[in-house]
Amino acid sequence: MKNISTSIPKIDGPEKIRGSSLYVDDIKIDNVLFAKTLRSSIAKGRIDSIVVPPLPRGVHFITAKDIPGKNRVKIIFDDMPVFAEHEVRYIGEPIGLLIGADKMEILNVMKQIKITYIETTPRFDFDESAIHYHYQKGCVKEAFDQAKKTITKTYETGYQEQAYIEPQGMIGMFEDNKVVLIGSIQCPYYAKNAVIETLACESESVRIIQSSVGGAFGGKEEFPSLLACQLAVAVQKIKQPIKLIYEREEDMEVTTKRHPSKTTLSASVDGDNRITAIRCHVGIDGGAYVGLSGVVLSRAMIASSGAYTIDNLEVDGDVYITNTVPTGAFRGFGAPQMKFAVEMFIHHVAKELNVDPFSFRMRHLAKQGDRTSTNGTFRDPIIMPAMIDLALKRSDYHEKAKKFASEDSFRGIGMSWFFHGCGFTGSGESKHINALVTLKKNRLNHVFVYVAAVDMGQGAKTVLTKIVAGVLDLPIESVTFDNPDTDFVPDSGPTVASRTTMIVGGLLARAAKKLKESWEEGCDQTVHERYVQPPEIEWDEETFQGDAYPAYSWGVNVVEVRVCKKTYHVDVEHAWSVYDVGKAIDERLVLGQADGGFIQGLAYGTIEVMECEKGKIRQKNMTDYIIPTTSDIPNMETHLIDNPYPLGPYGAKGVGELTLIGAAPAVALAIEMAIKREVTKIPVTPERIMEMIGYEDD
Amino acid sequence: MKTIEFILNGELVRVDDPLNTRLLDILRNRFKLVGTKEGCGEGECGACSVLIDHKVVNSCMVPLANVCGKTVMTIEGYRKTTRYNLLEEAFMNQGAVQCGFCTPGMIMATESLLHSNPHPSVEEIKIGLSGNLCRCTGYQMIIKAVLEASEKGAGLW
Repeated sequence: MKNISTSIPKIDGPEKIRGSSLYVDDIKIDNVLFAKTLRSSIAKGRIDSIVVPPLPRGVHFITAKDIPGKNRVKIIFDDMPVFAEHEVRYIGEPIGLLIGADKMEILNVMKQIKITYIETTPRFDFDESAIHYHYQKGCVKEAFDQAKKTITKTYETGYQEQAYIEPQGMIGMFEDNKVVLIGSIQCPYYAKNAVIETLACESESVRIIQSSVGGAFGGKEEFPSLLACQLAVAVQKIKQPIKLIYEREEDMEVTTKRHPSKTTLSASVDGDNRITAIRCHVGIDGGAYVGLSGVVLSRAMIASSGAYTIDNLEVDGDVYITNTVPTGAFRGFGAPQMKFAVEMFIHHVAKELNVDPFSFRMRHLAKQGDRTSTNGTFRDPIIMPAMIDLALKRSDYHEKAKKFASEDSFRGIGMSWFFHGCGFTGSGESKHINALVTLKKNRLNHVFVYVAAVDMGQGAKTVLTKIVAGVLDLPIESVTFDNPDTDFVPDSGPTVASRTTMIVGGLLARAAKKLKESWEEGCDQTVHERYVQPPEIEWDEETFQGDAYPAYSWGVNVVEVRVCKKTYHVDVEHAWSVYDVGKAIDERLVLGQADGGFIQGLAYGTIEVMECEKGKIRQKNMTDYIIPTTSDIPNMETHLIDNPYPLGPYGAKGVGELTLIGAAPAVALAIEMAIKREVTKIPVTPERIMEMIGYEDD
Repeated sequence: MKTIEFILNGELVRVDDPLNTRLLDILRNRFKLVGTKEGCGEGECGACSVLIDHKVVNSCMVPLANVCGKTVMTIEGYRKTTRYNLLEEAFMNQGAVQCGFCTPGMIMATESLLHSNPHPSVEEIKIGLSGNLCRCTGYQMIIKAVLEASEKGAGLW
């Protein structure tokens, strides 16, 4: 086969362009009922009474009382109820579903339902920790005791909304004695396992089917499990098809978002201007329920030394519970918050030491064989020096940095270095997921891919099909990959954590090899392949010691900005990126991820403002939650450098999240250079720049 | 009840829904033309873009009464044209499609742009498509696709 990186036409491209790809709300079902969610209007309190008017014929009200099994959404830490029963903990918390044939009628009934609360004082500050983790490497105390200088800084990041263009939605049906759910989801088996707990039923009684997904970015990882549980309860009771589609305002107010964070870093520096130790504390706002916040926290904490090797580390982290909308998965999963803090910090430390930040970073950069933050080993080659070199050349970084720093032009250039651990953190893959993939071949020698991986736009269908066709040496048309349906596909794990190409693709490559070796023309054949942890990878979940990830993808971003002296509008003029994703399975798809991830990260650092005031999200729609338009994007240049990972399919590692996490620190450093003020908080909006400059002028 | 007549994808249609019904709902529910998507319902995202008398509009903001006597084109009608074929090819070549939810709207906006300006500059493309949000691609590949189509489509627009 020719070079696997050579792009092929995206398999589901034409149907999407033609508008014939069916997203969940496009699926027509006869006699379908519509559901609307009744929600809490207060941030914290007990439900004293719910008075429901006489329901018109054909209108149903489903609440916690209708749940046959556990009133908990199963997801890592099962603390979120399917429907609030006795108490509510955030504005917008679901209390029930109103269901009927006529949307207007349901809304009218909803207005007449009277809920009386006994309000209690809500909590909005970082003071109630639900999860505390701690780990260390080396001896921090000794290093700090002998330090020539210690430097401490605090960094803050805000909410970010996934803002997939297709809002959340799901359809529930009762068919063949089964609850069947069709949805815009990333993780069919998360939804299935959650529904089984809520209905207290057998596995065979629940079937989850993925419709086309109109963007997800983590927002359709765990959140759809809540919809699935609610609909399952309703469908089981009413036995009629029901559609639950969120409108944008509802989606923006009540769905999970990126965790706001506050990170404090302290460095001890020796007489040779070398960082000898770092102490780190990161706090993230979990909202009203923990859910998977603990896993987000782990990823943030493990990233606490950034792309650098620090011999002594002491890292603490907390998930704080507040009476606000629960936060959850979003591309990067804790890493964007921490990489922002670390990249700013290393630069700020260099500045305080009065040394050149670039050389300072270079001398701390991690290299092959070094110990990771958790005492694991960077086993594979790290080609960052070559990547940095290319980024420097393409962007003319040094010349520009020298020029902009010395003039009052309000221009700046910033650079970030980062990695992203591929796959689940720690022992997640082996202990929690234990992925299984299946390949089936029919008598016409056509091969079918059976995995639970979801194509949500990133190109999983094309990539996984290409891997299988490539290994089997078949034309791409001889391999079919349909949207997952849990009645047919095994649990190959969720479509998250930059694991699909590397882990699921890796398993498929091995399965395809097996099939090839046992290939019999014109016969039905089935092969399975299950995940086995590479033997050298060891991880202790309790102490955070060992290899947190089997492999790492690396990146360099350079961003050039011009800040308007009058309005403080930040014009991002150019961006250069260099990535090591092992080996691109399809170059055009990887570059598409690179563009899209980078722009999401750039906006995270500059324009995407979401605020919560007394428990209420202030941004209501795309009108006031601003995401980039065509007019906001810089000219982007991306380079990929091959560095094949021996255990990845064709050498591939993870892609999706890596491309988001470096943009915010790069643009923040560029703005810092332009306005000559230290940036410690994102997004760096014009208002914030005005505050920084204005306060000093006063 | 008043009946509204308009040309939809080349055919005369009559609709007697309430006059304030959103055109988007008429298209999706009455005519099952589900290629037109609802992303925000507020005229911000452009996923519901259609052409009315060859100008791109957000169909979520248009009451049925406003299309009386007009010509409405959705992706389902447009995809039968030669221009569409060229756009599909350019979008495929440039990797301009990821999740695809914004894509039909983006295609309609591109048609409107190229119809009024067959050879737009990058800046003009950015302005022409600024009403269509895409969260996946970062737009660069979409802009390249429009450039490719405008180059290859000499004479078509």
